[in-house]
Amino acid sequence: MGEKVMVKGTEAIGEAAIRAGCRVYFGYPITPQSELTEYMSRRMEEVGGVFLQAESEVATVNMMYGASSVGARVMTSTSSPGFSLMQEGISYMANAQLPAVFVDVVRGGPGLGDIQPSQGDYFQIVKGGGHGDYRLPVYSPSSLQEAVELTIHAFDVADKYRTPVVIFADGMMGQMMEPVEFPEPIDPGTIPEKDWALTGAKGREARYVTSFDIDPYKLEKMNLELQEKYKKIIEEEQKWEEFMTEDIEVLFVAHGTVGRIVKSAVKIAREKGIKAGLFRPISLFPFPYKRLSELSEKVDVVMTVEMSSGQMLEDVKLAVLGKARTPFYGRLAGVIPTPNEIFEALMKELRR
Amino acid sequence: MMEHRLIAAGFGGQGVMLFGQLVASAGMIENKNVTWLPSYGPEMRGGTANCTVVVSDEPVASPVVDTPSEIAIFNIPSLLKFEPTLEEGGVLVMNTSMIDREPSRKDITVIKVPANEVADELGVLKAQNMVMLGAYIETTKAVNVESILKALEKKMTGKKAQFLDVNKRAIEKGMKIAREQLK
Repeated sequence: MGEKVMVKGTEAIGEAAIRAGCRVYFGYPITPQSELTEYMSRRMEEVGGVFLQAESEVATVNMMYGASSVGARVMTSTSSPGFSLMQEGISYMANAQLPAVFVDVVRGGPGLGDIQPSQGDYFQIVKGGGHGDYRLPVYSPSSLQEAVELTIHAFDVADKYRTPVVIFADGMMGQMMEPVEFPEPIDPGTIPEKDWALTGAKGREARYVTSFDIDPYKLEKMNLELQEKYKKIIEEEQKWEEFMTEDIEVLFVAHGTVGRIVKSAVKIAREKGIKAGLFRPISLFPFPYKRLSELSEKVDVVMTVEMSSGQMLEDVKLAVLGKARTPFYGRLAGVIPTPNEIFEALMKELRR
Repeated sequence: MMEHRLIAAGFGGQGVMLFGQLVASAGMIENKNVTWLPSYGPEMRGGTANCTVVVSDEPVASPVVDTPSEIAIFNIPSLLKFEPTLEEGGVLVMNTSMIDREPSRKDITVIKVPANEVADELGVLKAQNMVMLGAYIETTKAVNVESILKALEKKMTGKKAQFLDVNKRAIEKGMKIAREQLK
């Protein structure tokens, strides 16, 4: 690790990608993440990589399909409406088993929405906004240091499982500044060769990268292969953080930016003698159901807080399975909940 | 536990964002945990701009603050917006060159800084934010002036380096103004 530097979230993620050996970036600017595109335009030139501003998000995702097919570590970054435009291509990439990292800096919606922070795209990102039986590993960082680590991790997971991976950030993550320590950069030459990549079939058997088979039995086999892969991801790739959960009477569940704000609400509650704790899922797929289920046995109330109308709440309910009450507090359309506001919502729920 | 929760607010162009960034960078230099969160979007386009800075011994939980312990206020709309949110016993540093009214709270420490006049005397009106910064650190001791100067040197490179000296003098003037009021 090097020295601490003060960086914006967008720069932290961009630099992390460079250090993970990413040398190909396609993108189309959209607020609140255009600084990431800008950062990559500068850095890719410095490290001898490829930066290409595509004519649209639809073009971006198809360029990613191509670059990933030949074995490149490839990334894009976008924000909600842009991510919507990429869905068809992401579904194709999932079935063609093409690794790539997508950074979605989520903003208020639906439609044009606004440019403020939101988590209202949870269903789209985590449950699949494109067509077909596919899943994507999704990571939701709550600090810039974590954003750096998860971005690098995302490239490794993408290559290991041959799948697109999403970093679920929001406008607040993108715009805030915090000290960060970057790890030493990986030499792209040391990334293991991909034995499936299309590198020219001279002197070897042909390889196929496709999301298509006209024979339903063969296509079903491709699907089952995907499902096997997702099963393995569920077993091996769950990530979460527990904050003050040793002696809980109430448990909050929140991810990303909100996970961080809830920590302050936990502290306020503890000052007032309420033993609150936080469970913060870091991987949203795979969602850490098992651990949350265990924790929910210790409490009567598991309160979910999101910048949405209650989307992750459905996963929380699947984990809790009625063992505790599962109230919800959310703000929409780019409004950020504050620590006191969350504490008040808890008080109301506890009728204190 | 030491935790400073600062909101700096004013018109776009008054150097409010840099004010906050320097406090955060100085905190980092002192190995403290810091976050800097700007308001962005519609608010920045012709209206008020503000940023929230947290400097803490412990890892910063929420970078969003609803009860600041300190506010640095550069114009009247920001005074109206943030004075009611200030923690009891908190610190208000206000630019009296821009604010021709009294704060309404009686339970806070108020430092009045004629920042524009002072900066004007130094020959660089834009250094008003540095006068405010000097007054802020002298009053709250959130970070040391040495760290602020180090952060400033890192920030002001190339063409901007010529303004380093006047900025330093502006910070010192601000510190003096606060020191006199705190007596």
